[in-house]
Amino acid sequence: MNPLVQRVIRRSAMFVAALVFIAALWEFYKVIGPEDGGALFGVNIFPRANSRAMPHVWDMLSRYGRPELRSSERKIWRVVLAGAWFSFRLSLVGFAIGATVGVALATLMARFKVVERGLLPYLVVSQTVPLIALAPLVVSWGGKLEVFGYEWPRWLSASVLGAFLAFFPVAVGTLRGLSSANPASLELMDSYAASWTQTLFRLRFPAAVPFMVPALKLAASSSVIGVVVAEISTGLKGGIGRLIIEYAREATGDPAKVFTAVFGAALLGLAMAGLVAAFDLYVMRHRPKEAL
Amino acid sequence: MSTVSVSHLNKIFNTGKTNQVDALVDVSLTIEKGEFVSLIGPSGCGKSTLLRLIANLLEPTSGDIVVAGKSAKQSRLDQDYGMAFQQAGLFDWRTVTKNIELPLELKGWDKAKREARSREMLELVKLPEFADHFPWQLSGGMQQRVAIARALAAHPPLLLMDEPFGALDEMTREHMQAELLSICAKTGTTVVFVTHSIPEAVYLSNRVVVMSPRPGRITKIVDVKLDGHRNETTRERPEFFAAITAVREALRAGGGHAHTGAGVEDR
Repeated sequence: MNPLVQRVIRRSAMFVAALVFIAALWEFYKVIGPEDGGALFGVNIFPRANSRAMPHVWDMLSRYGRPELRSSERKIWRVVLAGAWFSFRLSLVGFAIGATVGVALATLMARFKVVERGLLPYLVVSQTVPLIALAPLVVSWGGKLEVFGYEWPRWLSASVLGAFLAFFPVAVGTLRGLSSANPASLELMDSYAASWTQTLFRLRFPAAVPFMVPALKLAASSSVIGVVVAEISTGLKGGIGRLIIEYAREATGDPAKVFTAVFGAALLGLAMAGLVAAFDLYVMRHRPKEAL
Repeated sequence: MSTVSVSHLNKIFNTGKTNQVDALVDVSLTIEKGEFVSLIGPSGCGKSTLLRLIANLLEPTSGDIVVAGKSAKQSRLDQDYGMAFQQAGLFDWRTVTKNIELPLELKGWDKAKREARSREMLELVKLPEFADHFPWQLSGGMQQRVAIARALAAHPPLLLMDEPFGALDEMTREHMQAELLSICAKTGTTVVFVTHSIPEAVYLSNRVVVMSPRPGRITKIVDVKLDGHRNETTRERPEFFAAITAVREALRAGGGHAHTGAGVEDR
């Protein structure tokens, strides 16, 4: 069998096995855990094992098949899927913006040492700004700002917050990758009197790919977090973040409901990571196996 | 007209600092068109530095370098030479063909012209069936042959090689030496070849330039009088041994080491 197919099957099997294991662990804790939580040395550390805090796995799964609201016919899985799809598109836009900005900044820093020294500390600082503080500001652009004659849409603010988290790993990973080119190969390009741009596209970028792939994976999940947090903190309608806060309010009466949305968010993250993994397989298909 | 002309060349690293190194002192050397010249000497004698100065990858502290009738810089810009290193240095992400075409791409050749040339080069290094392989699928010797094909792709009049066969096993190495000579005979390329190995230098060269360290300088130039086509029996001829002895004595006379000729292999 094709080794690639084999690897995909093996990884999928591992993934399913891990899911089953976590579900079993969850149920096991529900059996042995204290109903109303427990304290060790006066500190509350054991989560409550009652069904309001920790619904049974099968309750969560069966909740997908029931309608979202008593008054509506729409099954909840459709609502969650639609929300995940909405947020997925926002995350994708955020990821694209973040990756582009990240690669551009890395290239600039690789080209000019001065820029690297001046800019890199600010990039690090930028990541310490809490997203929740930034979200209302960026969201307030919606409807107020005009870019090239187009009104700034509210959803784009969520994407921008995703991009804000996504650009950083890409910038750092790409910068590291661009400087990873073999000195002998750089000397070879010099001997061809190659220009900086020629060296960039023919040597530095291809050499950077193994460093960029893990950075992009991180960026993909970061952009999901950015978008979901932006949705939650600003109440943007239509996405999975909004569903999570709405359903969380109903947690006392319908504890399984919020978990359906949480798993929806997880699915979203998986889809984004899957896209990067596919990109990885594609660009690295001809590299030596050690590099994979 | 000489292909390479070096006169009163000095190269000092870290000038004025405590770790100042006189890499080359008053080096003069002229290499005629079609000549095969080896640079040999112990580590630190400046043979690689000299090669890089000719290639304009380093700037001399003082002195003149003329390559193909121009300044070293101009001939680098015009790609008048090809270069091969100890590590083949092929790009993992390019096929053998694409690796050979790299210098042509950089020169702005169109696709058809590049493909015709890379096919020609693959024939020359006897690897036509590996055109679409990737470098990591080839043995070390084959990779080095691709590197030579890449260095010669633009048909440069001059080939600069820095211990290109240093990482190969003995048998592959002797085979590659014969291949290189036949390629140079076909193309009429002038070669400057840096090596650690006395028999390699003697087998390949018209002249062996013996260098010694601290400071790096040329101590002797040995003419190798092996006429005509060199083949397997060349290595058994008395002239071959005579030249090896001459180079070894020159290395010993060069001194600079308590144990003379350290770092130079007899194999």
